[in-house]
Amino acid sequence: MEHTDNLITLSNGQVLSKETIDGDIATINFGPTHPATHGIFQNILTVDGEKILTSVQTVGYIHRAFEKLAERRPYNQITPITDRLNYCSSPINNLGWHMTVEKLLQVEVPKRVQYMRVIIMELARIADHLICDSIIGVDTGALTSFFYPFYEREKIYELYEEICGARLTTNLGRIGGFDKDFTPVFHQKLKEFLKTFPKAFEEWNGMLERNRIFMDRTRGAGPISAERALAYGFTGPNLRAAGVDYDVRVMHPYSSYEDFDFTIPVGVNGDTYDRFMVRQEEIRQSLRIIHQAYNNLPEGPFHADIPEFFLPDKKDVYNNMEALIYHFKIVMGESEVPVGEVYHSVEGGNGELGYYLISDGGRAPYRLQFRRPCFIYYQAYPEMISGANISDAVVTLSSINVIAGELDA
Amino acid sequence: MGKIEDLEVINGEGYQLTSLDKAVALARSNSVWPLPFATSCCGIEFMATMGSTYDLSRFGMERMSFTPRQTDLLIVAGTISKKLAPVLQKVYEQMAEPKWVLSVGACASSGGIFDTYSVLQGIDRIIPVDVYVPGCPPRPEQIIDGVINIHKLVKHEPMRRRYSEEYRHLLDTYEIEITNSEHDK
Amino acid sequence: MTNNELLDALHEHLGTKLIASEVLFDTLVIEVSATEAYGVIEFLKNDSALSFNFLTLIGAVHYPEEKGRELCVVYHMHSWKNAIRLRIKSYLPQENPSIKSLTPLFDGANWQERETFDFFGVKFEGHPNLTRILNMDDMDYHPMLKQYHLEDETREDKDDRFFGR
Repeated sequence: MEHTDNLITLSNGQVLSKETIDGDIATINFGPTHPATHGIFQNILTVDGEKILTSVQTVGYIHRAFEKLAERRPYNQITPITDRLNYCSSPINNLGWHMTVEKLLQVEVPKRVQYMRVIIMELARIADHLICDSIIGVDTGALTSFFYPFYEREKIYELYEEICGARLTTNLGRIGGFDKDFTPVFHQKLKEFLKTFPKAFEEWNGMLERNRIFMDRTRGAGPISAERALAYGFTGPNLRAAGVDYDVRVMHPYSSYEDFDFTIPVGVNGDTYDRFMVRQEEIRQSLRIIHQAYNNLPEGPFHADIPEFFLPDKKDVYNNMEALIYHFKIVMGESEVPVGEVYHSVEGGNGELGYYLISDGGRAPYRLQFRRPCFIYYQAYPEMISGANISDAVVTLSSINVIAGELDA
Repeated sequence: MGKIEDLEVINGEGYQLTSLDKAVALARSNSVWPLPFATSCCGIEFMATMGSTYDLSRFGMERMSFTPRQTDLLIVAGTISKKLAPVLQKVYEQMAEPKWVLSVGACASSGGIFDTYSVLQGIDRIIPVDVYVPGCPPRPEQIIDGVINIHKLVKHEPMRRRYSEEYRHLLDTYEIEITNSEHDK
Repeated sequence: MTNNELLDALHEHLGTKLIASEVLFDTLVIEVSATEAYGVIEFLKNDSALSFNFLTLIGAVHYPEEKGRELCVVYHMHSWKNAIRLRIKSYLPQENPSIKSLTPLFDGANWQERETFDFFGVKFEGHPNLTRILNMDDMDYHPMLKQYHLEDETREDKDDRFFGR
């Protein structure tokens, strides 16, 4: 920062004249360890009193080299890595990866598998939106709004445990379907969840939706217009809050989403309140999809018939020579994959989560690139907060739902 | 580590006799205030532990402080990359004595599944750790178990440990400076 | 719009700029030269019939065996009006790989190009701030290139014999 007579040059090259500045210019370090940055990323803010002038971002504090790691691991061992992208909704990442590999293998999974996948992905979307909206509440000072949704998330964790045994980083499903069908305990717990969750959700929603303090804090905080959002490559609830109804589930339906009837909520201003409301409405729409999928769950096998990628039954492995060979090859990661490249995208909790997979026929991918929505829309954060107060910056950051695992990969 | 003993008191008419170490340790162990240094997935499990199902505040950890000056326990939950390592060391140095470190998750304990060029293979390469909680991510019950083990350590720690030669030597191996007035003598 | 219709329209408008094309698994993939890539994408964005308004992803791939064409920069475009995707590839040589930056057209290309530079060393001309983004600033190599290992070579606590390396 240089001072020459009447002009001040800021760190990003912007030049201001001294008359426009009210107080003193200060540099504040917002992160990487800060209670309000939910994740590890740093913003260096230049403020004039409370008003933010510029912001410089540093990311990469949790860079774990997923893309290089994926070039080392066989296809079924990459699922645990995809878990850790957006870890608040890990089933969506897992199932998106399985769909990418199935696209490469040109395998069509049975209808029952597709409906089961839809139920699980919508549960994951509910879980992700519950966290994001509760944290918006916490950042405006309502700490109670943290405890209600986390109690409901425990029920979703119990549902995941019934399917795959893990709570958060689920490593769920197999290439070609699932390792076992839904158990009777899962059916009972899902029915229980569908009965009790809506009422609990409305109770929590009522605390924030028309709350005077919450609305005053969040309305007008961190707005972005639809044109700017599109230029930055926004997708997901952040783009829908700005008014554009782009949803991968509707434009390029995958896994039987075209069978279901749901609406896409769209906001008006693109500010924090709109992002909050869009996510709340998406939770209601997800519940609607789960009801439809569960009531119409078709009968059939719970996995596709691809013996080269799907582990055979243990009794076949002990009695049948072919099954033994397949079992050995799958566990050792030596299954034959065709050569080719494919791009598949799913609607993740934050937007279009894409997988660009190039295979050269070897046991591990030649190149796997993740299109991470957080990384792409976090670029717009300085523009969203320029001219706002520091408290608006805090609330905006929690409302755009930046998950550090997805930001840095 | 010495023998584990219960808090011995000698009761009298209107007074109790015990050693200062034990009384102070009892008070400290039941009101440990943590600093959740949550970076990734283990951070979400830690948040679930703080929630109402696996309530962590019943163990005395009511106030999560994010400023190092006011905390006793540094809970590192999640992957620490080499870029973040200096930040973590600085946060540890800013904490006031006595301080303990709980390493939650496989990534913080040893690098976890990420044996890559950018991930620090365990935080014990830069700061001294007291209790490790393995898991990826560990269940809330495991995190609570880790916290209870920290409480056991706190309860049996002699008051002069932080001024001992052994402790100073330990911090020297990590190249962490001690800014304690007793050591300047 | 189908892939064949799109390919015909591209042949008509681009002519010789279109070096190669094929349909891979449901997406049309075309190859253009590095100098033409910016012009082609600008045309695709502004054309009212094709209308590729959304830039989905920028990435790179390293092919160490193909001499003179080692680094391939891949652009994924998406046209919402026609609900169709397109992949554009440009091959660059390993020595001094440089291509024009897309930041004047799409603001979202900024960090994606920085990431591609960080991992592969591709230089984007006209980029406002081409520095490392995810790796440490003092790193002196580009890690995603095939000749570099995944693990940190200087670690002493893990024995490679037990990890199958």
